[in-house]
Amino acid sequence: MKFLDEYRDGELVSELGRRIAATAAHDWTIMEVCGGQTHTILKSGLEELLPGNVQLVHGPGCPVCVTPLELIDAAVEVAMRPGVVFTSFGDMLRVPGSRLSLLDARARGADVRIVYSPLDAVELARRMQEKEVVFFAVGFETTAPANAMAVWQAANTGVENFSIVSAHVLVPPAMEAVLGSPECRVQAFLAPGHVCAVDGYEQYEAVANRYGVPVVVTGFEPVDLMEGILGAVRQLEDGRAEVENRYSRAVKREGNQEARRIVAEVFETSSRKWRGIGAIPNSGLCLRPAYASFDALTRFGAQTGEVAEPEQCQAGRVLQGLLKPTGCAAFGTHCTPDHPLGAPMVSSEGACAAYYLYGGRD
Amino acid sequence: MAHGGGGRMTERLIEDVFLPAFVGAELGRRHDGAYLPELQRRLAVTTDCFVVKPLLFPGGSIGSLAVHGTVNDLAMCGARPLYLTAGFVLEEGLEIALLRRVVTDMAAAARESGVEIITADTKVVERGKGDGVYINTTGIGECLIGEAGPWRAEPGDAVIVSGDLGRHGIAILSVREGIEFSTRIESDAMALWPAVSALIAAGIEIHCLRDLTRGGLSSALNEIARARGVEINIDEATIPISEPVRGACEFLGLDPLYVANEGRFCVIVPGGEAPRAVGVLKSTGLALDARVIGALCEGRSRVVMKTRIGGRRIVDMLSGEQLPRIC
Repeated sequence: MKFLDEYRDGELVSELGRRIAATAAHDWTIMEVCGGQTHTILKSGLEELLPGNVQLVHGPGCPVCVTPLELIDAAVEVAMRPGVVFTSFGDMLRVPGSRLSLLDARARGADVRIVYSPLDAVELARRMQEKEVVFFAVGFETTAPANAMAVWQAANTGVENFSIVSAHVLVPPAMEAVLGSPECRVQAFLAPGHVCAVDGYEQYEAVANRYGVPVVVTGFEPVDLMEGILGAVRQLEDGRAEVENRYSRAVKREGNQEARRIVAEVFETSSRKWRGIGAIPNSGLCLRPAYASFDALTRFGAQTGEVAEPEQCQAGRVLQGLLKPTGCAAFGTHCTPDHPLGAPMVSSEGACAAYYLYGGRD
Repeated sequence: MAHGGGGRMTERLIEDVFLPAFVGAELGRRHDGAYLPELQRRLAVTTDCFVVKPLLFPGGSIGSLAVHGTVNDLAMCGARPLYLTAGFVLEEGLEIALLRRVVTDMAAAARESGVEIITADTKVVERGKGDGVYINTTGIGECLIGEAGPWRAEPGDAVIVSGDLGRHGIAILSVREGIEFSTRIESDAMALWPAVSALIAAGIEIHCLRDLTRGGLSSALNEIARARGVEINIDEATIPISEPVRGACEFLGLDPLYVANEGRFCVIVPGGEAPRAVGVLKSTGLALDARVIGALCEGRSRVVMKTRIGGRRIVDMLSGEQLPRIC
């Protein structure tokens, strides 16, 4: 397939593996931030092609994984209301809240549907005037523009029976939270290419400067990832800590200005709780006052009380790169994709599920 | 409701829709059950329920599917499909024209597969209690070879797939979710018996046959690996997947190894027989993309794949339905 096969070229990947091995004189720990990258690494067996002294740890970049239980409970509560059509991206449906998942809610009669774009949800609302259509706006900077556009369109074309549950999170504050932990062992980051395609990488320059860590903007195919790792290892060996763009076919320093403009029009930053990690200042997006009427939780008066995680679950440590999934006592025994204790085992992008499914190194 | 009540309305439905399509001596006698002639060989029996949505899709309908699904299960027993029974659950308000189309497709698929529909039943449920039509079919076939199942698979055997994977699942998804691709992807639904019978006629030693329906290649191979206690090694680069299906899977975040097929199977044969088996399959004209994708070896009960880039990974069973990812 054009534009994909070039980046899955086995010989090129092996060659990059050899160059990484030749460059890495010391032990290095590198975190790929995005769950999509974790997925590729495990699915293609990339770790086998890396030298033993270059360790990858998997970051908090799975939006499904970091959505707190309280918010899933609130979404389920809204979905169960009579007259509500609850729409969501597919992989959010299976994640259990403290009591039910959205799929459970559907089995109990709620009208829960998968959509591929929030704009489809707005269209649904237009067609079903008698219903309240709610969209679960989950994701990082990547999905924020389309979600912002959905709200903007609804507001500007008078679609009043549409609203969203905003569960948006932002990458740079999460990277700072990882780096701020006293136990942090991450020495370089592979920054998420698609997030940067939207938001650019200026913000990462501050992170690289403040913490003295190399940040390499990296894509999602095996060749992209190996190039990202090679870039990070070179910087580490040279003692540099710069932001480097290895995904230039998609990313510009300033990002996508149009996309950033619509996000800034509709959303503002807010403190957000991350599942397993806790509250991180300025790490979430909520609707600006002008669009507050599109907030589903306010519209339906849904509660978001505090809910405790299962004690056995070490998701927080996994999401911060402090623990490999296979290092958790519950992994594969008390915690499997059929009976997940925590969200990283539920979403296919979650590190635990990726290890379980594809049998990662360790 | 009247159409299911057993009175004159039911009678009319049978006479107008079902009987003209299912022309067969046994069904035509309209007795409570069917009498079958004595058969010489060992019998194989299978049953399956069909609840697909939408009822019509590119390359077929629930009607053709209800025949192919069941005759294919017989073929996977090494049995020539002979007879089918059919049970229909109809939702009140279903358009007769649509039912006629489904029944016509079913009759055509039965004719092509060489099976006779010998007895049938119809029930009608209230509107809202069904998705238009549910169909159950039971198939009876005669075994032309000894048993072919996972218990006969041996380390050293080769795994052959009969063609490119994933077309049925993507065809259904494209209609159900209203996603249009630049190339129309048609279901691969078809009868597998002609290909299997060619293998039998050529005297290939068949150890195991398995169709690659729900859960796709990955589920079929995992079931065999677990049932037999062997490791199955496959090579990603050899697995045939068409460009449009690959593209659709990339776009939707799906793994084609888990996507359903309705006209594809894998056959496990002794390693030395594999090249000849592939040649026989290709010569039928029905399995032009047939190829060896892997082999069985001693090891843990699992499926391990050599990836395109030369890494290795486990190919596990799916937990529940495959759901499209966020980004």
